[in-house]
Amino acid sequence: MNKETTFTQRTFKSVGTRPVRPDGIDKVTGRARYGADYDMPGQLVGLILRSPHPHATIKKIDTSAAEKLPGVKAVVTAKDLPDLTDGDEDLKNILENCMARKKAYYDGHAVAAVAAVDANTAKAALKLIAVEYKIHKHVTDVDKAVDPKAPVLHKDCFTTGVKPTPTKASNIAAVSEFGHGKVNQGFKQADFIVERNFRTEQTHQGYIEPHACVASVSPDGTGELWVCTQGHFVFRQQCAQLLGMDMAKLRVTSSEIGGGFGGKTHLWLEPVALALSRKANLPVKLTMTREDVFRASGPTSATSIDIKIGIKEDGTITAGEATLRYTSGPWAGSWAMLGAMTAFACYDMEHVKTTGIEVLVNRPKTTAYRAPSAPMAAFAVESVIDELAAKIEKDPVQVRIQNAAKEGTQSSYGPTYGPIGIGPTLEAAASHPHMSAPLGKNQGRGMACGFWFNFGGQSCTHINIDVDGTVTLTVGTIDVGGARASLSLVVAEELGISYEQVKTVIGDTGNLGYNEMTDGSRGTFASSMSAIMSARNAIDEMKQRAAMMWDIPLEKITWEDGHAHATGKGNHAPLSIAEIAAKAGKTGGPIAGHAELNADGAGVSFATHICDVEVDPETGYTRIVRYTVIQDAGKAVHPTYVEGQFQGGATQGIGWALNEEYVYGDDGRLQNAGFLDYRIPVCSDLPMIDTQILEIPNPNHPYGIRGVGETSIVPPLAAIGNAVSNAFGVRMTHVPMSPTRILDALEKAEVTTA
Amino acid sequence: MPTIHLWGALRPAVGGAESIELNASTIRELFQLLEEQHPKTHTFIEDGIAVSVDGTIYQDNWSQPLPPDSEIYLLPRIAGG
Repeated sequence: MNKETTFTQRTFKSVGTRPVRPDGIDKVTGRARYGADYDMPGQLVGLILRSPHPHATIKKIDTSAAEKLPGVKAVVTAKDLPDLTDGDEDLKNILENCMARKKAYYDGHAVAAVAAVDANTAKAALKLIAVEYKIHKHVTDVDKAVDPKAPVLHKDCFTTGVKPTPTKASNIAAVSEFGHGKVNQGFKQADFIVERNFRTEQTHQGYIEPHACVASVSPDGTGELWVCTQGHFVFRQQCAQLLGMDMAKLRVTSSEIGGGFGGKTHLWLEPVALALSRKANLPVKLTMTREDVFRASGPTSATSIDIKIGIKEDGTITAGEATLRYTSGPWAGSWAMLGAMTAFACYDMEHVKTTGIEVLVNRPKTTAYRAPSAPMAAFAVESVIDELAAKIEKDPVQVRIQNAAKEGTQSSYGPTYGPIGIGPTLEAAASHPHMSAPLGKNQGRGMACGFWFNFGGQSCTHINIDVDGTVTLTVGTIDVGGARASLSLVVAEELGISYEQVKTVIGDTGNLGYNEMTDGSRGTFASSMSAIMSARNAIDEMKQRAAMMWDIPLEKITWEDGHAHATGKGNHAPLSIAEIAAKAGKTGGPIAGHAELNADGAGVSFATHICDVEVDPETGYTRIVRYTVIQDAGKAVHPTYVEGQFQGGATQGIGWALNEEYVYGDDGRLQNAGFLDYRIPVCSDLPMIDTQILEIPNPNHPYGIRGVGETSIVPPLAAIGNAVSNAFGVRMTHVPMSPTRILDALEKAEVTTA
Repeated sequence: MPTIHLWGALRPAVGGAESIELNASTIRELFQLLEEQHPKTHTFIEDGIAVSVDGTIYQDNWSQPLPPDSEIYLLPRIAGG
């Protein structure tokens, strides 16, 4: 049996079909259990006390009155979560974020927590906790934070990635550079150069389900955690280390997930729940309110990007340079670095240079959000490319086609590309009917490209052949976007049976070896690779059982269409999986197939979007009239889910482009911590988003699959920015393009032209 | 001997060079030699370095061969959302 993971030109029977989603009925009838839907006997209610100050030293916390309140079973502060991170800076930052230690670094930072017999008692207990703060000056704006006069968050923050290392602390945590060639030389070759600053505001992933967990720690050192997460194995590893527990003794079970988009790759309250449970010796449920989610989970970066691109009259881009400042919250991240790597990745450029600057601010800890950091960089690059196309009076699609990266191009972040899909998505856009459809009054059309890396990583899967011939696939990656259906299709394909015979379940941390998060568009890519290997191992085993049943050599057995076939002489009717499984007890016991692997070679992903908008010149309100997503999927396992990913990413990008932003007051407090004032798009805001799936096989996956979950959020900011700019002739440089900003831009344009 | 290209943040750890030469035939050997010859890279290796071999990015595969004429880039590990 072939165990190679490289692509083969096979034809498919199950993969590529559109069966009904397996989790649909449970989700629409309320049977599906999310993070807050689980209860344990004797469970307590946990609540967290949060700092009202954006930057303050915690001089003293007095919990004695809260502890004496009848019904209170535990109160924890940072003292109950000692630093066991053993030099792991990232984990230490997670610990400090889950519970402030010496300082509170943002409005909403946790400073203490209680567990009580009911919510009212827990609320009363929070009011009895006395915290004495020394308030410091704060900074929430990305550009103000890099000013040498800005209040510095950490006295020991000396910028890394530069030589010599600074001797003065600042809010610049790290600098990273990418690129090749000599940009100054490239700019000299240009006939036109556009240089601008672009800003994007901080947004939240906007998942509908707030964070929630139930923790239970016994005096014998064992524990259980039921939690809404994108990666229960990672949560187990980090929680066990932070609590000083043996990993094998902490069992973590993932709930259904009501959206994550990167925001549930990170611990927020789970170590606190475990600490409360350990102290109370009872289970504790801890949930976030929506306000908590906005104030104290992990939004994306706010950014300020300086960009300069040069072009020749003939359309050749001669050079590109970008300096990208990204907020990372109070601790160092790698968000600007990702922006710097992705900014020019769509293009074949001889001279390119990007510099990513990680900026510390008094805002919540930045966390991944779907193709993290790429949309903001694309907003800047794709806006300027449109502007340059106008200067040389060429079609912006054709300019992009002319400069698109292709196989053999050295990417702007270093390596040379293999087969990639940017060119085909652009060609598809150029010939798409949307591109030539007529526009109405006050309407404009824009387009833009986007790139994301994708990722593979550690995966482990298990297949059980049940005695009736049905098949259970157990995976360790959370299903955030239809992976259970897709993985069932892959196993059905490999075994040669119907989709309906396969049930995919998510195992807990005791069921399987380590699995990385469902992030980086890896869920279906990596787990399908492992599931294919599991299926091939199960087939090997079934062939051996068939050989035993027929009493013929193994070499005489082949596997086809879900049956073992005997070759050569003899009259053996093919044996189905059900027939082989029915005899399993007599031929060697249960039949299973297991696999574990590092799924490398995820294959980069590209998309091109087209957008029509209508801008009301009186109100500044922008309506999306038509939207089309064109993206390479490698191989679309379940096309409906792939289309859903394309549409979901575009929708989130539309919200980011037009409405969503964190608004901080001068006091450093978040002003709009709720969906009423932080407005995400709903169905009535949007047209049906059209999709076109391209299938350029990934050579590193047996079925050619690429991740599809993230890239579709990258182009919308720029596509909408270009459309709005084309609608009324003013370049938009600040996202979100809210009605106020659009009216301001119109007013400035009128003043300029008057 | 393969030429190893480094991303910007790693360069100070090897004295500022954009690329170095290491006689490594696998990713594991590459990391061993890198740390041996440039001890300041230890933290980066511990945190995780991705290796692009002829355009394919490997995050965790020590046994991956590095052909002598291959294009090798060291990159920060990529996560996502």
